[in-house]
Amino acid sequence: MPGNMPPPVDNSVPGYVEKLTWLESLEAPSEQRSRRLAARAWGGLWPIGLAVLIVLAVWQLIHLSGWKKAIFPGPGATASNLWHQLQTGLLWQAIATTAQRAIIGFTLAVLIGAVVGALVSRIRPLRAAVGSLITGLQTLPSIAWFPFAIILFGITTQAILFVIILGAAPSVANGLISGVDYTPPLLLKAGKMMGLRRLSLYRYLILPASLPAFVAGLKQGWAFAWRSLMAGELLVIIANHPSLGVLLSTDQDQADMSSATAIIIVILILGILVHALFSLADGAIRRRWGLTGSG
Amino acid sequence: MTVTKTRAAPPSQGSVRLTGVSKVFGRGSSAVRALDNVSLEVPPGEFTCLIGASGCGKSTLLSLVAGLEQPTSGEVSAGGGHVAFMFQEPALFPWLTAAGNVELALRARGLGKAECRQRTKELLDTVHLTGFGQKRPHQLSGGMRQRVALARALAQDADVLLMDEPFGALDAMTRDVLHDELDRICAGRQLTVLFVTHNVREAVRLGDRVVVLSSRPGRVIAEYGVPIERPRRIDSAPVAELAAQVTDRLREEMGRDAR
Repeated sequence: MPGNMPPPVDNSVPGYVEKLTWLESLEAPSEQRSRRLAARAWGGLWPIGLAVLIVLAVWQLIHLSGWKKAIFPGPGATASNLWHQLQTGLLWQAIATTAQRAIIGFTLAVLIGAVVGALVSRIRPLRAAVGSLITGLQTLPSIAWFPFAIILFGITTQAILFVIILGAAPSVANGLISGVDYTPPLLLKAGKMMGLRRLSLYRYLILPASLPAFVAGLKQGWAFAWRSLMAGELLVIIANHPSLGVLLSTDQDQADMSSATAIIIVILILGILVHALFSLADGAIRRRWGLTGSG
Repeated sequence: MTVTKTRAAPPSQGSVRLTGVSKVFGRGSSAVRALDNVSLEVPPGEFTCLIGASGCGKSTLLSLVAGLEQPTSGEVSAGGGHVAFMFQEPALFPWLTAAGNVELALRARGLGKAECRQRTKELLDTVHLTGFGQKRPHQLSGGMRQRVALARALAQDADVLLMDEPFGALDAMTRDVLHDELDRICAGRQLTVLFVTHNVREAVRLGDRVVVLSSRPGRVIAEYGVPIERPRRIDSAPVAELAAQVTDRLREEMGRDAR
């Protein structure tokens, strides 16, 4: 090509490589951005809606069959009870108290679990000593800690938080440990060849690589934390301090089935909402990493 | 003090030297001798291809040079230079973009932020991925991923580049283009390359020298200089001719194994 500017890179056949790169880029997996958020949300929501409808239908049928009619409320009575309770400050106050405990307890559990997990995964002797203990703690039903916690802290919020932490932290720690363990060996080799050592290897390779397992640990930890919290609020009833557990306990004392069922529904919905948050985080990571099945 | 020093002069920067290297995996009856008394010297700036049937310890040899593993006996030296490694899989970090992967290699060397960004851009241009920096590895094709891996290896500014069948999983056309690019990149820098492959033509197409290893245990059984002028083509007559010679030698070796 006389008279032309020389190409930026010297190739025997100008334009050939660029063309091939372009062809290759066509071959590269394309993203499915086109599906709009609304469509995605609908795709996720309708099965949930259907499941709720099925449960309501079965519930209504049992109610209509007349089984324990005097004490077993139907969906209608429960819904109207829930509606009335939502108008009162008491339920909201209870939700606030419970949510506050959940947030504080779970945050502490995550911090402690992450620190313990990081230490155990890094320090070999500690691993041998504490590794199986953590798994043991994970399988121990956290409700078993309540007598211990109540003797230690009395009928206080601290007792509840203590049990939440013992319930959730082992899952968080184990999530981090398994993430570190399953860092792909090839990536470790690549990282070492790049000159990543010790702390930088952790910061730039091992920690990001263990993020999906860590999020899975958080998800499981949350489930344990929420259970521990509910058990705690039923066992550790602090006077003049309404929480969801206290409301449930009062309903039991007054044999108020409609209210008890309404509170259970509130607890269920709160638990599902938080779980959905973790699933969102999990999905975002998977999409970013290209781990989704379709990719 | 009468220690006889029959050893040669210390290897210079960027040369690779293996002296009587053996590598045994496992112990006792289940021990596998992967490499047996391998001696090899690659002078600085030379492109050496290692070829052999599978199980001849080619990859083990690279791991030893990389320092990822230690030899059972013998000595391995990369001349004190930096060593970069390119694997058959791109081994990119999936949580980083293409540019992020290259940039991390630069940052690991302690370069400043602005310089990292500038060098990343240059390196992606070098491997013809201008404009693909913000893509994540899973959004790229196999050939493009391997280019990012090449850019990342170059980012390490190594004296020695180890390549373990890096184009083995690619289609012939993509591989052909990457051969050209590798030629061009190596011509522009003083880079010692140790390239492992089981594709004889690829070895002759790329190498200044082709070293043939026997299979299990791996031993150097033949060496061929490649006097063919560059630029070369994988389907040219001189390449095919020398490749046929090397293939005959390999067949002979495998025939002896079978007996």
